[in-house]
Amino acid sequence: MAGYLIRRFGLMLVTLFGISVLVFVMLRLVPGNIADILFDAAGLIDTADKAKLEHDLGIDRPIVVQYAQWVNGLAHGDLGYSYVSEKPALQEIAPRIPITAKLAGLALLFSIVFGVPLGVISAVRQNTPIDYVLRVVSLSGLSMPSFWLGLLVLMAFVAWFGSIPIYTDPPKGFWNTLYLYSVPAVAVGFRSSALVMRLTRSSMLEVLRQDYIRTARAKGASLHNVNYHHALRNALLPVVTVIGIEAAFLMGGLIVTETVFNIPGVARFLVEAIRWRDYPIVQNLVMFIAVVAVGMNFIIDVLYAVLDPRIRYSG
Amino acid sequence: MRAKLTALAAAVLTVASIGAAQAAGQPKHGGILRFYHRETPPSLSILEEATFSVNAPAMGIYNNLVLYDQHKPQNSMGTIEPELATSWAWDKANTALTFKLRQGVTWHDGKPFTSADVKCTFDLLLDKNPKDKLRKNPRKGWFEEISDVTTNGDFEVTIHLKRPQPSILAMLASGYTPMYSCHVPSAQMRTHPIGTGPFMFADEKQNESIKLVKNPHYWKKDLPYLDGIEYTIIKNRATAVLAFVAGKVDVTFPTEMTKALEADIKKQDPTAICEIGPINVSTNLIINRDKPPFDNLELRKAMAMALDRKAFIDLILQGAGDAGGALLPPPEGVWGMPPDILKTIPGYGDVAKDREAAKGIMKKLGYGPDKPLKIKVSTRNLATYRDPAVVLIDQLKSIWIDAELDPVESSAWFAKVARGDYSVGLNLTGNGIDDPDQAFYENFGCGSQRNYTHYCNKDLQKLFDEQSQITDVAKRKKLVWDIDKKLQEDVARPILYHARTGTCWKPYVKNFSIMTNSAYNGYRYEDVWLDK
Repeated sequence: MAGYLIRRFGLMLVTLFGISVLVFVMLRLVPGNIADILFDAAGLIDTADKAKLEHDLGIDRPIVVQYAQWVNGLAHGDLGYSYVSEKPALQEIAPRIPITAKLAGLALLFSIVFGVPLGVISAVRQNTPIDYVLRVVSLSGLSMPSFWLGLLVLMAFVAWFGSIPIYTDPPKGFWNTLYLYSVPAVAVGFRSSALVMRLTRSSMLEVLRQDYIRTARAKGASLHNVNYHHALRNALLPVVTVIGIEAAFLMGGLIVTETVFNIPGVARFLVEAIRWRDYPIVQNLVMFIAVVAVGMNFIIDVLYAVLDPRIRYSG
Repeated sequence: MRAKLTALAAAVLTVASIGAAQAAGQPKHGGILRFYHRETPPSLSILEEATFSVNAPAMGIYNNLVLYDQHKPQNSMGTIEPELATSWAWDKANTALTFKLRQGVTWHDGKPFTSADVKCTFDLLLDKNPKDKLRKNPRKGWFEEISDVTTNGDFEVTIHLKRPQPSILAMLASGYTPMYSCHVPSAQMRTHPIGTGPFMFADEKQNESIKLVKNPHYWKKDLPYLDGIEYTIIKNRATAVLAFVAGKVDVTFPTEMTKALEADIKKQDPTAICEIGPINVSTNLIINRDKPPFDNLELRKAMAMALDRKAFIDLILQGAGDAGGALLPPPEGVWGMPPDILKTIPGYGDVAKDREAAKGIMKKLGYGPDKPLKIKVSTRNLATYRDPAVVLIDQLKSIWIDAELDPVESSAWFAKVARGDYSVGLNLTGNGIDDPDQAFYENFGCGSQRNYTHYCNKDLQKLFDEQSQITDVAKRKKLVWDIDKKLQEDVARPILYHARTGTCWKPYVKNFSIMTNSAYNGYRYEDVWLDK
């Protein structure tokens, strides 16, 4: 087990190094930089002033030097300064992480709480009216664009309650926080739960046809015991993978939801930073999301080994 | 008895209603005015920026020497009022403008405002301060005729001009020309500005909000009425409109509502007050006159004659727009050509007739239905640019110009134009003030940074200077019309339309006014109050 974990951890570090190089280079291949954007906003084409700004920000140096400076800064806990706000990048990024984490956590909770049990019900009641209903619900969850669903929810709130659950000020107190985050979390979680539900259903159906399930039933094990103890545990492997991937995705991929519900989270900030070519923000934020994604994969690998001991021997 | 009671009740009701009416009309102190903002502004340093995304939240922080009356929608020389200056006077030669300054004014950090601060501001604008420099100086050209700024004691300052330029006062009255202090570096003004205005900067969070609080030591007695102003950044317009309808914000972002959105708001909230008007931003055609075959004036004329401006306005703006020249057309515009002059210019009259004439030119140049001229129409990859470009492409087909859309990444747009790496393009031009000097020198002056087509007519340049020195408004207007007409006939930068856009606010927001001939000058908000 220790060897397996060390191998996975080593792979994680190599992946992160690769991502850092990729992000750094790709960002500089995109046309325009902060000087272009700032001068463009003013409708100006003063090349001398623009060159001076590029020099002041250090973006006229060779790319290798810039990369070395960034990595050196990272190693010393210095993430640089945002080109737009001129504040330390860490000061800009840090407050947004808990905002997105709360939203992603609630959305993930929603998807697991609804997705797994409903997927099991759908599988054990295959081809019954309840299965049909659940399949339609899950299909609609997968096919509805989240911006459309989000706007629909907002319109409904305005029309029915005369209020709108969007983020204009930091929420005060537990219930206010729950109210503000739960509505977008449901809008996002609906899609995730549909995915989890469908995967749980298909995985359960496959497991329920296995010989050992038939054997368990023949031995007189209760239906509950067979479904939840023998079948679900084995059917969960692909579901855990998807939940892990979803968790990583939710930390950086909620751009539409954050925009529609006006939540000042990581994804919306990242897109805005890309628009401004705010390199220190983009680089560090992408690295943070990469660490979350790679970290989640590492946890999935560990969970795999726990759920299926064969993996740790062969891996 | 009953009659007496009825009379008493009526009297009580009358007194109560008069009292209520008085209360509604009497300004009240307190409350936070909430706006939504369309984006995170590049900074809060007005002198360095060129978008009203900055002026709207930041104008309340500052004061000018003089300012356009904030409640007269049409900015003109006649609506300029003293602000940090108490009076101004020209010398006999009209080349020295002396301001007496207000005493007892303090900056938000408590330091006194003096004539030295005015000089420091102009040193920044004229790039004369060896120790501090604006990162960008988009309006350096406005002040090119200033030779020097001198002080006489702490409360008198004189602006010396190279030649008479009456419109310098208009430029000083713009929201774009606030006074900066000597003791706050320009870099700090971007992130934590210090002004003398009615509101003090409190906080800015990128992508989240900008907060201003009341300046308790404001030099205008009893002002501002508001305790503060908050701008919540809501990038998604659908969410922003819903936030306004639900009462999360009191005012929409200024001039951001289209006609369709305004109708939608009025449907959902019939109490909302909405105004749609021009903002002095024109959509125009830029043709690279250095690139064959567009170096041929006849071809450029044919292109201008193929334009159907009404179709543009109907299709893109649902009718909320105006045809005009380089200057905003009347009645909102002060200097724009009247319709009877406009219709004499090729391309502004009978579209069918003009297109027939344009086809004649194209035939002479060797083009026809079997041999169309193939071109690319470049524009920024933003809806406000792309949509009219598509209509333009359709209209050019009528004279055998087969155009293809070339959407350009927004950040690369001006660099591409500067390199001359385009044939035909579509651009938007905002005028900071409704004044011929600003419009002519900035957009059509020889060598100007913003003269993207490199149009340079030495004779017209002389007329620019001539009109600039005329103090008689009627006389100047006549010359301005002649110049504008000539610019359109020369196909310098054909104006497709001037858009009209709107702002909505809740009925309890009082004393709120929208400027109709500039989107950059009306955001001081010192006497806006909330009737809540």
